[in-house]
Amino acid sequence: MNAARSRITLPFLIFVTPVLMWLFLLIVLPHIDLLLMSFRIEDDAGAMVWSLVNYLNFFDEPVYWRTFTRTAVYAILTTMITFSVSLPVAFYITKVVSPRFSGFLSLLLLMPFWVSELVRVYGWMILLRESGVINHFLLRAGLLQRPVEMLYNDITMVMGLVYTSMLFMVVPLISVLESLDDSLIEAAYDLGGNVFSIVTRIIIPHAMPGIVSGGIVVFMLTLGNYLTPNLIGGKNSLWFTEQIYNQFIASFNWNQGAAFGFLLLILSSAMVWIGLKLTRQKLSQVVQ
Amino acid sequence: MIRSLPNTRPYTLGFKLYVILFFVFLFAPLLITCVLAFNDSQFPALPWKGFTLEWFTADLPERVGIFHDSLNLSAIGVSFKVAFWVSILSTLVGTCGAFLFEQENFRLKQALYFLMLAPLVVPGVILGISILLFANTLGVFFENTFNLDVPLFRPGFWLVVLGQFSFISTLVTLVVSARLKKFDHSLEEAALNLGATRLQVIWHITLKFLRPAIIGAGAVAFLMSFENFNTTLFLVGSQSTLPITLYLQVRDGSTPVINAVSFLLIVGTSMLAVVNLTLSRKKE
Repeated sequence: MNAARSRITLPFLIFVTPVLMWLFLLIVLPHIDLLLMSFRIEDDAGAMVWSLVNYLNFFDEPVYWRTFTRTAVYAILTTMITFSVSLPVAFYITKVVSPRFSGFLSLLLLMPFWVSELVRVYGWMILLRESGVINHFLLRAGLLQRPVEMLYNDITMVMGLVYTSMLFMVVPLISVLESLDDSLIEAAYDLGGNVFSIVTRIIIPHAMPGIVSGGIVVFMLTLGNYLTPNLIGGKNSLWFTEQIYNQFIASFNWNQGAAFGFLLLILSSAMVWIGLKLTRQKLSQVVQ
Repeated sequence: MIRSLPNTRPYTLGFKLYVILFFVFLFAPLLITCVLAFNDSQFPALPWKGFTLEWFTADLPERVGIFHDSLNLSAIGVSFKVAFWVSILSTLVGTCGAFLFEQENFRLKQALYFLMLAPLVVPGVILGISILLFANTLGVFFENTFNLDVPLFRPGFWLVVLGQFSFISTLVTLVVSARLKKFDHSLEEAALNLGATRLQVIWHITLKFLRPAIIGAGAVAFLMSFENFNTTLFLVGSQSTLPITLYLQVRDGSTPVINAVSFLLIVGTSMLAVVNLTLSRKKE
């Protein structure tokens, strides 16, 4: 664009007004309010005063920070599992299967993710619960004597989280692997490289931008997930979003909830920032 | 290793098996949900007791099909209304955003662009609570200073629309921007040389060019809104959307009616997805 456009014109005003209203009224001001609310408490007289109590509560009460750490650790674990499950699939679709099928397979891959997350979690519930379909088949096959409850444990929860966010890893991986020149792999093979060295020294370095953008999105979605941990995680396996929900809806302590929300926001932004810094990328490149 | 290289048989077979297992993993929960919507049983479980459409059509004391289930039907209605407004609003504002970031130059453009991307990396739950808090603050402010009670600031229909709009607009902006990048500016220049104003050019030429992207983005916005759970959870009032209603039912026990709703959702979204894909393919 040339410099002559930099003065204020009618089209500019038409474009900028709704965008500014959107970003300031629905993003900036609400987050400032969230931050302010998290530093306020009701004192004994019922008036609102400034205080750090909401944050001190977080560190005093082991259940809060344990849930927080647990959520972070499980979100990282989920991101890593999602990556290891998705990479072979993305590689197969782009490099191994005959090109006739690769378009069809990547379409097929997208289909389940158009469907609501709730329906997908529900599907797993009917498959895995004590009276579920998998138990039914295992009993009929004589592999089990009595039904086993496969829901409400951490393994199932992580599997559900991987399932929910897989698409956001597979799609960026497919698009970076498509741009990988086959002749690089052929050359490495001719020079005697084995599968392990080709994967770690050619494929992964080339796919790094896709891995980072997929990883960021998967991590953030997992951290902010509520449905999956709530419905198929155990009753004592709390997720941090559930703590936020409890503060808001059950205890009606919005200020405490705001502090929790802000902590979660800091955690997710910090992880995104670290991911970008480690790979020297910009957010605007990653979301493309 | 890859197509062009000689591969050992175990490698090819093993890889194929892995991908097949992956697709089974991907589709098993959806298929089983659909199949059990037609099982003639009081519970969404096997054994198979015969084919029935009663979970869709029945209106019996012990069995109310989805077409007579007023709770779920009204939730579907609410979700449609919310998704309608969200897709209209976010396509309008998202298209403005695309023009702003692709065709205009102004100070702090980078900062504003970064801000526009932010909703993508803010968890939906946080968006929900911050908008809830801010609406509440505004509500209290209006009540104290002007003695006005503004229904918009209480959890309810319009707050849900605004909450979903706040992050879906980012998506629309990105999709429309991507198309606008491919626009041939000589078309605009030709029209400007022929005496059109900038707004006329945008209306008659640029927007025509963008139409497939805008329609596609609108369809995706509709779907995302229809399915949104995290942000909606905190903003919902007495009118529940479908994901929230379903969540409460699934949490407290389940009947095959949920399978019937899920079946309709799966069929509906797949159809919308296929239409969207074929349309965008044709235009390419």
